[in-house]
Amino acid sequence: MSVRPVTVRYAGYALALIAALILPHIIYPVLALNIIVWGLFAVAVDLLLGFSGLLSFGHAAFWGSAAYAAGIAATRGGVSFPVAVLIGTLVAILLAIPIGYLSIRRQGIYFAMVTLAFAQMIYFVINQWRSVTGGENGIQGIPRTLLGLDLSSATTFYYAALPLALIGYVFAFRVVHSPFGHVLVAIRDNETRARALGYPTHRYKLIGFVISASLAGLGGSIYALGQRLADLEYARWTTSGLAVIMTILGGVGTLWGGVIGAVVVLLLRDWLTTRPELFGVATGGVFAVIVLGFRRGILGTALHWYRSGRPDAPIRRRGLAAARPDPTTVPRVKPEKGGR
Amino acid sequence: MSVVQLFNGLVTGSFYALVALGLSIIFGMMRVVNFAHGAFYMLGAFGAYVLLDSWQIGFWWALILAPLAIGCFGMVLERLLFRRLYALDPLYNFLLSFAVATIIQDAMRLRYGAQGKPYRVTSQLLSGVQHIGSTFYPKYRLFVIVFSILVCVVVWFLVERTRIGMVIRAATEKPDLTRALGVDVDRWITPVFGFGVALAALGGVLAAAMQQVRPSMGEDLIIVIFAVVVIGGLGSIAGSVVAGLAIGVIAAVGEAYYAQVSSTLVFIVMAIVLLIRPAGLFGSVEGA
Repeated sequence: MSVRPVTVRYAGYALALIAALILPHIIYPVLALNIIVWGLFAVAVDLLLGFSGLLSFGHAAFWGSAAYAAGIAATRGGVSFPVAVLIGTLVAILLAIPIGYLSIRRQGIYFAMVTLAFAQMIYFVINQWRSVTGGENGIQGIPRTLLGLDLSSATTFYYAALPLALIGYVFAFRVVHSPFGHVLVAIRDNETRARALGYPTHRYKLIGFVISASLAGLGGSIYALGQRLADLEYARWTTSGLAVIMTILGGVGTLWGGVIGAVVVLLLRDWLTTRPELFGVATGGVFAVIVLGFRRGILGTALHWYRSGRPDAPIRRRGLAAARPDPTTVPRVKPEKGGR
Repeated sequence: MSVVQLFNGLVTGSFYALVALGLSIIFGMMRVVNFAHGAFYMLGAFGAYVLLDSWQIGFWWALILAPLAIGCFGMVLERLLFRRLYALDPLYNFLLSFAVATIIQDAMRLRYGAQGKPYRVTSQLLSGVQHIGSTFYPKYRLFVIVFSILVCVVVWFLVERTRIGMVIRAATEKPDLTRALGVDVDRWITPVFGFGVALAALGGVLAAAMQQVRPSMGEDLIIVIFAVVVIGGLGSIAGSVVAGLAIGVIAAVGEAYYAQVSSTLVFIVMAIVLLIRPAGLFGSVEGA
């Protein structure tokens, strides 16, 4: 019996949609919403890492600033929640343009360091700009309204926010499967060749960066409204790190792997909620194991098994893990200077 | 802008220079951007604290023993973990060191709590103040500046003027060719890693007396250090030291005139350097 891959794929999407719809009844609704938005955050990171080969360690800048912008718009401006989310996303995009423009001047490991540094700068700005951001107190008690409807119940808000998050997921899917997405992959695999073919690679990378940041911003805005709080912690580098952990745990270059990573990490955090240090040690340990010997990640491994069982299925070279030779079969060679 | 503020800037810059120097040496040899460097700096400070608190061993011994111990710990980590990923994209070792940093910092929080611990330098020689022109300045801080610069000069001498340094530079530039010439490059990797870690720990020991010893003290430092090495040119020894000291002074000047921007100045400088000279002030164009 053979099932066509496309059937499997659509069955997977249908299952995921059903899971998203019944999630607040399985776990409590706040955690359910957290999974949806952190998953979107991790997908945003993977859009950049898996499909452009750029590891951003500073996406908390967009997640956090969008959270603050949405929170301020809803609290002081009194706008309804979809408008607040839109404003937050726009702020993330506006920030991503200059940061991306400067960051893509370096690549590989330098790109990670530069984005990290810029995110720290945004963090300090949010911290210092007390009159607007509330400094260390953040924005508390963010209201959420929609055409006079009461969205204070966590379950109600989950279903109100889910369509917005799904727009983000569908957008990420469309980007990856568009001609634009294929050019990004081409740049990731060989930038010189892509440039030789006439693609303005810097512009492509910048647009990819801004799209990724906009998805992180969308997630961050919904997160702030879901938590009714915009906190300094959202913009901290540990938040960027957590998103990167989710992405790699799920599988780089799988796009949806980050959602699975988010489920694992957030359930772990929920379980260890009274022992945050233990959560740090545990995520750090899991992450070290993943990086050392399990680089395909959860979804990446599953897809690998599925594809290796079907010799006729096209094996796609995706993401960092797939693009690099396996260290166990390749003799030890020092990498070229400057990384990629 | 007073002399005191300038010297305070130099003190901050000394820490930046020491930690950035260790980071650069490790990167030069192994292409590892060590996220755990801030954690090693914190461990150095805790080393000094534990030595005094548990065994009544004072500052001078701590200055030797703590970096030695942390350096050995670093070598163990290199052997067990980092070594496995050299053949891969350097991003993987960056991520691994991020995991290591998280584990070390949170493990220290579990053991010692998040609260800061005071550390006092017991030496008579370093207590009190020194006359500089018309003002006074703490002797300990002057010592930090002089000692750090001395260490940086010694490291520069080791790398640029000795036979061991020559091997290391050769292995950094062309590892395969160096191997082909009969030099056992792999033998040097672990000690060099340990040495870079020890430099971070040394910075931590020096910092212990000036701020509270707490598990989070390296967390934000490492990001400033990343900006410093991007400015100076990653892998450049002179670049790390000069950029470290300069950023310390620039932040102090910023603090004096407009305190709000002080913490963001380093990142603004980084943005300008990226615009004008993406490889860093002292960096070659490689990997730009």
